[in-house]
Amino acid sequence: MAKGIFVIAEQRDGALRKVSFELASAARKLADQTSDEVSAILLGSGIESLAAELGKFGVDKVFVGDNAALEPYVTEAHAQVVAKILKDNDAAIALFGASVQGKDLSARVAAKLAGGLATDCTDVKIDGGKFVAVRPMYAGKVFADVTFNTTPAMASLRPNVFPAVENAKAAAVTKVDVAIDAQKSKILEVQKDTSGKVDLTEANIIVSGGRGMKGPDEYKILEELADVLKGTVGASRAAVDAGWRPQKDQVGQTGKVVSPNLYIACGISGAIQHLAGMSSSKCIVAINKDAEAPIFTKADFGVVDDLFKVVPELTAACKKMLA
Amino acid sequence: MNIIACVKQVPDTEAQIKVKADGSGIEDGQIKWVMNPYDEFGVEEALKLKEKNGGDVTIVSVGPARAMETIRTALAMGADKGIHISDPALDNADAFVTASALAAAIKGLPHDIIFCGQRAIDDDSGQVGAMLAELLGIPQLTLVTKLDFAGSSVKVIRPIEGAQLSIETSLPCVVTAQKGLNEPRYASLPGIMKAKKKPVDVKNAAALGIASDVKAKVAKVVPPPARAAGKIICGDDAAQKAAELARCLREEAKAI
Ligand SMILES: Cc1cc2nc3c(=O)[nH]c(=O)nc-3n(C[C@H](O)[C@H](O)[C@H](O)COP(=O)(O)OP(=O)(O)OC[C@H]3O[C@@H](n4cnc5c(N)ncnc54)[C@H](O)[C@@H]3O)c2cc1C
Ligand SMILES: Nc1ncnc2c1ncn2[C@@H]1O[C@H](COP(=O)(O)O)[C@@H](O)[C@H]1O
Repeated sequence: MAKGIFVIAEQRDGALRKVSFELASAARKLADQTSDEVSAILLGSGIESLAAELGKFGVDKVFVGDNAALEPYVTEAHAQVVAKILKDNDAAIALFGASVQGKDLSARVAAKLAGGLATDCTDVKIDGGKFVAVRPMYAGKVFADVTFNTTPAMASLRPNVFPAVENAKAAAVTKVDVAIDAQKSKILEVQKDTSGKVDLTEANIIVSGGRGMKGPDEYKILEELADVLKGTVGASRAAVDAGWRPQKDQVGQTGKVVSPNLYIACGISGAIQHLAGMSSSKCIVAINKDAEAPIFTKADFGVVDDLFKVVPELTAACKKMLA
Repeated sequence: MNIIACVKQVPDTEAQIKVKADGSGIEDGQIKWVMNPYDEFGVEEALKLKEKNGGDVTIVSVGPARAMETIRTALAMGADKGIHISDPALDNADAFVTASALAAAIKGLPHDIIFCGQRAIDDDSGQVGAMLAELLGIPQLTLVTKLDFAGSSVKVIRPIEGAQLSIETSLPCVVTAQKGLNEPRYASLPGIMKAKKKPVDVKNAAALGIASDVKAKVAKVVPPPARAAGKIICGDDAAQKAAELARCLREEAKAI
């Protein structure tokens, strides 16, 4: 019978990404209920030393694939190795990050294994001995329980939703050596964002601005608040389509889905397509001069006033408080 | 060039989605159906490639009878022909079954490049493009915002968290489109008239030789968890409200 909960760790430039620890912790929680073992799959080049870090978050065993062909990430090479490890070990459950890489990889692996995959899950549980993945559908208008008819049951977990919890384990390393097929895709260039800001999907705090910002220069007041809170600035589609902010800043149905601890919406009305991208945020603040704006129905805290007056005062108040 | 664009018919983004009383699915009577917005980017890119390099664009869709409207919309935008995979056995298809149906239909067609949306906004699953690529044994380029065609290969831009990748891949391949790739055109009136006469082939699961048993099953749907009512921050002026908000965020929400 299939057993073992596998997490597919994600690393970039020799450092594990935060979602890897979230996956490990979620897997540990499940494994403790079923007296199972947590294994991680860690692929790349010169990355073996990262195995111990996964151990800190509850991983018993790490399968390390160390091969120049696995660095940087290319879909087919990673999918080939991950699918082989899951199959060879008859894994019961496999958890991926619902990051850009994790989404790209998980679907390819699921097709290789002719298996079921639930993407962008906000909860995973064992119910009556069976693995159940919970995920929003229809842009968060409903939540579904997904069950699986094949093993491994596969799920990708939305970043920033599952807590990373320290729980030290041995993290015994098993090296895997897989002959990797020649690749049809080649990375020509990696252009790094040099702003020093974390990506919206990984940010703990997001300060977001919409059409109410009036123009691109006015975002300076949001940048200042974000700087004080160590957050990242986001935007509504209206602001992106107006050319005030780059596409990568867009939150919503045709932008990014985010789950920060704190989402501050400034001059955003709260259209259904915007809510689709941020309603799983833990704490939502709305600053809008229109008391009837739909964003207030989702907000934990609302301020009905001119954002150009409130935001600079909020920045000052937070600065004082955090000093 | 032989270009394929996969399109799915989905509820309009404004649609109210109601859960059936028994939690088995959603009520789909009142819904206005549209082309998945991400598929519009795929169709647009397919048409642009054709206009520049010649060839034809085939639309493929898996869905009930009403999905024909969405195929016609794509034909009205300028695509040449369609394949409609329609079978009650596929009504509850998961991503794997859908990808298998698409792969079975596309296998028999010449294909240089296949467009999918990065995700369908009904199931929000974002799997079918990559699965289709695997089932066809060809590379995938997901979440693409720019595409350059260079004879036997394509070069794309693919944003990831905190960086942008430039990737080159040989053809054939699957590309999944996201916002930023282009501005989808509207169907023109003559386009709509012409679309009525374009050929659409209707196929069922048996004709494609695919199994319809799902791997992942939506066992139950529920409305989203209710959020506790929010608090409107009061104060005489913006400064007072801002100070009170900061206090709430720190002391009550422990968010800063
Ligand atoms: C298929 C589809 C996909 C979409 N995808 C997305 C998406 O991914 N993300 C997204 O955001 N939208 C998306 N939209 C667009 C969405 O429907 C809305 O048009 C958009 O979210 C509106 O942006 P907004 O709230 O910034 O602007 P508006 O709706 O114009 O709201 C501006 C708000 O600012 C307030 N305001 C103005 N001045 C001030 C001031 N001085 N102080 C305080 N408040 C002020 C106003 O009261 C108003 O509530 C999509 C639409 C469609 C059809
Ligand atoms: N039933 C379908 N018919 C045609 N294409 C589909 C279908 N389902 C999904 N796709 C394609 O795959 C993309 C991703 O869908 P999904 O994996 O369901 O989120 C969509 O944007 C479509 O391009």
